[in-house]
Amino acid sequence: MSDSGETDSRMTASVAPSLGVSRLGGRWLVGGTLAVATALVVGVSTGPVSIPPGRVALELLDRLPLISVESGLSEGQQAIVWNLRAPRVILGLLVGSMLAGSGAAYQGVFRNPLADPYLLGIAAGAGLGATLAIVSGLGDGLGIIDPVPVAAFVGALLAVLAAGTLSVRRGSAMPPSTLILAGVAVASFFTALQTFVQQRHAETLRQVFAWILGRLSTAGWDEVLLLLPYAVVCSGGMLLAVGALDVLAVGDDEASSLGLRPRTVRRLVLIVASLGAAAAVAVSGLIGFVGLIVPHAVRLVAGISHRRVIPLSLLFGGAFLALADVAARTVQSPAEMPIGVITAFIGAPFFLAILRRQTAQ
Amino acid sequence: MSAAAAAPRPIPTVPSEVSFDGVTVELGGRHVVKDVTLSIPGGGWLSVIGPNGAGKTTLIRTLSGAVRYLGDVRIGGIKTSSIHHRERARCLAIVPQHPLVPIGISTFDYALLGRTPHQGLRFSPSRHDREVTAEVLHRLDLDEFTHRRVETLSGGERQRVVLARALTQETPVLVLDEPTSFLDVGHQIEVLELIASLRVERNLTVVTTLHDLSVAGQFADQVAVLAEGKKVADGIPADVLIPALIARHWGIEADTAVDDHGGVTVTVRRRRKTKPLKKIEEPI
Repeated sequence: MSDSGETDSRMTASVAPSLGVSRLGGRWLVGGTLAVATALVVGVSTGPVSIPPGRVALELLDRLPLISVESGLSEGQQAIVWNLRAPRVILGLLVGSMLAGSGAAYQGVFRNPLADPYLLGIAAGAGLGATLAIVSGLGDGLGIIDPVPVAAFVGALLAVLAAGTLSVRRGSAMPPSTLILAGVAVASFFTALQTFVQQRHAETLRQVFAWILGRLSTAGWDEVLLLLPYAVVCSGGMLLAVGALDVLAVGDDEASSLGLRPRTVRRLVLIVASLGAAAAVAVSGLIGFVGLIVPHAVRLVAGISHRRVIPLSLLFGGAFLALADVAARTVQSPAEMPIGVITAFIGAPFFLAILRRQTAQ
Repeated sequence: MSAAAAAPRPIPTVPSEVSFDGVTVELGGRHVVKDVTLSIPGGGWLSVIGPNGAGKTTLIRTLSGAVRYLGDVRIGGIKTSSIHHRERARCLAIVPQHPLVPIGISTFDYALLGRTPHQGLRFSPSRHDREVTAEVLHRLDLDEFTHRRVETLSGGERQRVVLARALTQETPVLVLDEPTSFLDVGHQIEVLELIASLRVERNLTVVTTLHDLSVAGQFADQVAVLAEGKKVADGIPADVLIPALIARHWGIEADTAVDDHGGVTVTVRRRRKTKPLKKIEEPI
């Protein structure tokens, strides 16, 4: 080893660029997009009035810029597609994207596989906000905007803010685990408050529970429009951070010695991810499991680089939730299953299957 | 856009002097490093030695700015506190004692992380970054492991991979915190010989902390002894590693021998006459 000179050190340089550095890769992007398209078509064509998927696909294509095709759907069918089903399916896509994307981001910044978007108290905060809005009677649809999502959003952000503020002490660098513990404390506190309020107003128990179990029922495009700006900003922010998240994976000290500012990166990513998750929770209630399972499933098949994990979680998370919603509204039709039940029911075995396949290799 | 941001910058290859000037570190109300003044000429190899808790690791952590300190730390004459974070990461690479290797990362991707300070804010690796990485992996005989997951490698191989990450940073100064602590004797020497030859090839200034006095005495051309945060000795190995000093700071009896190249071997003798520390160890 000591006698090796510098003679051959350039030999491999010519093959270097072909080496497999983890990039997103066209194959994965196409797969993710196909999953989203499939979810969209299946979601829109399934329902009490069955519409042929082929025609639905044409109808959806027709709306894309530069494409004009005739779907042959009747006016009534078009109304069902555009006023009833498309908003709901698209809401599912957006909510799923936000939950899975921010789950992946949370797992990345905390380097903790058990992290999910609800880790810092978003669920508890949103639950308290929504409960307060419901019991105070504001949520009976009298106002111009529905106050429940607004209250849930505010509650969720307050919880994250509380966790963030409580975990920082002036002039000292707190380890990320402090933030997690602060989140746990804040979540317990908010849950206690929520339970207290809920018990005092037994008459609204059903409504509160319905909200907590999560649902994607919509009235037109309002919820989609409400969530869309957050979805755009958050996806954009998370996609910009993929490189930094990969560096952060080696730990704060080493990331810092590589020229990164770990605390700044963590803070920015958490803000973006929390905003997305809070907005998603505000319109859909508490849908569990998506933020945990989708990023892990992606990681198991596509590797650990955030260059893949984040974009693919956004795509597959959306597709997964939209399809779960199809199941939620057909299994007990005309009644609806809480979608959280479906995500866990489908997600857990699916996840275990991937896990087993992966460990067998 | 990203191509311009990630374009390779000229890297200082001239040997860079490293100096500590009155460096003091306080951690948890205790002075862990006390007023240390020390300098290593460019291209030199300094080993910081001392008993456990002497402040060795803390002292070298001041180089990366990982701890707050009083006093000045300079690389190539420039105060590290005055330059930008990323700029500093282009001056000095660190091999930590316990590197955190993400589970599932490939050797290539891990070594490529060393290119981070040369990349734009989105950290997208350029063609040049990949070329540098492949070159370094080849130089360290890691070609066959390029696509292997780092956690599946042996201790010696893994240490080379971590070293590869530091080398892709292409810095004039290389800092290693206990680079041999989990390696058997053979791999210890292998890694240190590798560092020694890289130092010559690349004109690196090397700063290490080391537990093993013989290793420090043979590989370093300058040895500094820390005890309770203070620098108590500093100089060439033959002057510093003497039985009296070892007895005073490590509390052991040792013989030292200087070879023709100025390297020092330290042979430690068992404390037969002193009392055993624990009852269990009491001889019959």
